[in-house]
Amino acid sequence: MNAYFDHNSTTALRTEVLEAMLPFMVRQHGNPTSRHSFGRTARTAVEHAREQVAAAVGAYANQIVFTASGTEANNFAIHGICSNLEPAQILTSAIEHPCVSRPALAMQVADSQVKAWQAKSIKVDSNCNINMTHLQNLLQAPTNLVSVMLANNETGVMQDIAKIAELTRKHKAYVHTDAVQALGKIPVDFFALNVHAMTISSHKVGGPLGAGALVLDKRIDIQPLLYGGGQERGLRSGTENVAAIVGFGVACELALSNLTAFDMHTDNLRQHLETGLDKLNAVIFGRDGLRIPNTSFFAFTNLDGETLVTALDKVGFAVASGSACSSDSDKPSHVLLAMGVDEDLARGAVRVSFGMNNTLDQVQHFLKALEHEVTRLRNLTAIAA
Amino acid sequence: MSDKEVMNERAPIYLDYSATTPVDPRVAAVMIPYLTEHYGNPASRSHPYGWTAEKAVENAREEVAKLVGADPREIVWTSGATESNNLAIKGAANFYASTKGKHILTIATEHKAVIDAVRELERQGFTATYLEPEPDGLVDLAKFKAAIQPDTVLASVMLVNNEIGVIQDITAIGNICREAGVIFHVDAAQATGKVVIDLENLPVDLMSFSAHKTYGPKGIGALYVRRKPRIRIESQMHGGGHERGMRSGTLATHQIAGMGEAFRLARIEMATENERIRMLRDKLLHGLQGIEETYVNGDLEHRIPHNLNISFNYVEGESLIMAVKGIAVSSGSACTSASLEPSYVLRALGRSDELAHSSIRFSIGRFTTEADVDYTIDLMKSKIEKLRELSPLWEMFKDGIDISKVQWAAH
Amino acid sequence: MAYSDKVLDHYENPRNVGSLDKNDPNVGTGMVGAPACGDVMKLMIKVNDAGIIEDAKFKTYGCGSAIASSSLVTEWLKGRTIDQAYAIKNSEIAEELALPPVKIHCSVLAEDAIKAAVADIKAKQAAKQAA
Repeated sequence: MNAYFDHNSTTALRTEVLEAMLPFMVRQHGNPTSRHSFGRTARTAVEHAREQVAAAVGAYANQIVFTASGTEANNFAIHGICSNLEPAQILTSAIEHPCVSRPALAMQVADSQVKAWQAKSIKVDSNCNINMTHLQNLLQAPTNLVSVMLANNETGVMQDIAKIAELTRKHKAYVHTDAVQALGKIPVDFFALNVHAMTISSHKVGGPLGAGALVLDKRIDIQPLLYGGGQERGLRSGTENVAAIVGFGVACELALSNLTAFDMHTDNLRQHLETGLDKLNAVIFGRDGLRIPNTSFFAFTNLDGETLVTALDKVGFAVASGSACSSDSDKPSHVLLAMGVDEDLARGAVRVSFGMNNTLDQVQHFLKALEHEVTRLRNLTAIAA
Repeated sequence: MSDKEVMNERAPIYLDYSATTPVDPRVAAVMIPYLTEHYGNPASRSHPYGWTAEKAVENAREEVAKLVGADPREIVWTSGATESNNLAIKGAANFYASTKGKHILTIATEHKAVIDAVRELERQGFTATYLEPEPDGLVDLAKFKAAIQPDTVLASVMLVNNEIGVIQDITAIGNICREAGVIFHVDAAQATGKVVIDLENLPVDLMSFSAHKTYGPKGIGALYVRRKPRIRIESQMHGGGHERGMRSGTLATHQIAGMGEAFRLARIEMATENERIRMLRDKLLHGLQGIEETYVNGDLEHRIPHNLNISFNYVEGESLIMAVKGIAVSSGSACTSASLEPSYVLRALGRSDELAHSSIRFSIGRFTTEADVDYTIDLMKSKIEKLRELSPLWEMFKDGIDISKVQWAAH
Repeated sequence: MAYSDKVLDHYENPRNVGSLDKNDPNVGTGMVGAPACGDVMKLMIKVNDAGIIEDAKFKTYGCGSAIASSSLVTEWLKGRTIDQAYAIKNSEIAEELALPPVKIHCSVLAEDAIKAAVADIKAKQAAKQAA
């Protein structure tokens, strides 16, 4: 049995998406800036995709700035908003993806003389929820920007962004949210979230790698990250990746129409999974928080996660240990550490993230394989001990 | 429907390969499996989906390196030449500012991505010189040398100009930079597959590449960062620490695989392809030179065979483009054609605004045929004649009036 | 740039292209714009003794909208008095041709050309009366 349970890392491209993209790779290959018919066809396609992406997040098309990735959009948001402001604090939650926390740190480092830029981390509780009291305390000092992700990539826990935004706005600071893991899994409404900027990404919603976007409150003054030909209203230069943008648009449209089905299907799979995990005495992280429906992050005491993941892979199950981006390092997940999870337990964490094409049968097979491996590894450990 | 209309109904002939190239079908064939069966995040180390992606990425890195005579470890993926240029210029200038100084030297005819990245550095407190090239578009070496200051940290010169196709002598320019201890960046977006690049022997520290100008996909590029002597750059995009910390962000496997295949094809086919394209370009050139009052912009000898940039005097560029709907060409660079400004590149060569306005860039490529060129010559001849009949300037020229002496009312 | 059908029609089939005898005392010439700005319009009108425009010709160096604007005004001018011609507003031209905002200056130029041609014919008439 083979099963891909790593949809939070990247998703399979949907057939409809590929079909929409192909013409723009080969036949309709124009540069959208060109004024001849090849260029105009490409321009029309990009603008149509912009409408589709905007619709998926309840925004207007002219609020969408296309980028090459979610990482770029996060860097653009943090660097771009802060560059135009007098030095002050940048607050990011302790569970952010490094492409949010690192650009914030970079602002602080670049300002080595004045030390007025300070990147600070907002604490979370054991359920992966933002500690609002801590945020409130931090906001007592002058703050430029607060960035908190809508749904965490590892635990799947969602934050009450609208509430965070309300508090932040009271202190005259800007709010950004990384909604990369939320889009396509739960309804995302830019205006309801009440943020100034929001990051989304194509390949997490069934679109291709190579496209992302920053959704912007048009009233904010933002500096570009890339300078050049002045594409995207001067906010993001560089020839538009037409095929990827077209794919992103179609994927957004499909994801939007599929939200209820996604919720029911993946939530059902997860319930089965977690019932099984309970029987194996797994620790499920962030379980008491409000989670996106498809994600389950768990560990077994005294069991090495990396070994478990490798063993599961051998029998055909693709799962992740922590997030893809940090799976290169042997440090335990920073998200779990922020939640106060014991370092040894955190080191053994395994993430399952479902997609539409996963089945109950796969989950049952997975649980069997997991039971087998856990028992085997526990026996090994017992012998070693 | 008249014959003329029938001609306009068919798909136009694409002669705008410098704006972007179609993806070669062989490249698309390599890309598609990474969109369908081998999807996976190359940074995922825990399952084969990630491994397959990573292998494709490293294979492509080797192909890109091979085309330009570099070591694969010197290639950093980016989202395109715009990002490569921004990363090279801002990244190196910021890294070396404290040791070398805060002056940047570049050329007035560089691509906007270079010019505007330098302008951004100026806003951050750097100073810059935008050296004017000679009227043929080439950089005068003595003037370049004289423009280097004690505090010059970085020089940026493009290998092939996007509008006029001239090839700069980057060996000589690079040697001047080496002597002066200046970091040397070259924008080679328009050069790959058109001129031989051997970075092992070139005095170049940083070089920008794009896939979609060489029959690869849009949205992917690379930056060459020399290892010996090692050049350091400050990352402009922070995150998961991909690309050895120089550039974070999930890599688009299918696009990288596409760039690798495109560059592999370029390496294998470049010599024969360039010969065929040169023949077509020369045919086009001779055909168009049969039209009165035409001026070739930029040196013809130090030039890629793919490019022909011609000004048709007394005809306005935008109306000319409208007239030649049967072919897809550009007036000035694609990136500036949304504005009404005449090409800044042609102005930097000292071309009058009128000649700059009436310029057309024909860029020939892999799928251009001889019939395309014949059609283009005929079309240009008839349309220019029609527009000149409409042109009061042409009438004045024919009446022997020197238009440069006329007092024009400004508006 | 998406041009309206009317612009395309005038551009593809410009009306009244050509010149009139500039030395004719009944012919007024307006030349406006500058090559450096990318457009030059030359408009010539022939006015009869009753002050009615009998004929109008143009030549334009410029974009499609500039050509269409001048072609359109030659159609409009014929049969009008010079005062009626003088009253033509650029907004009417822009509206008729559905010019996009970035091309409004073409209609301004056409209005300027009319005014210049009318001024020229008035100057000629004044000179004739003075003589």
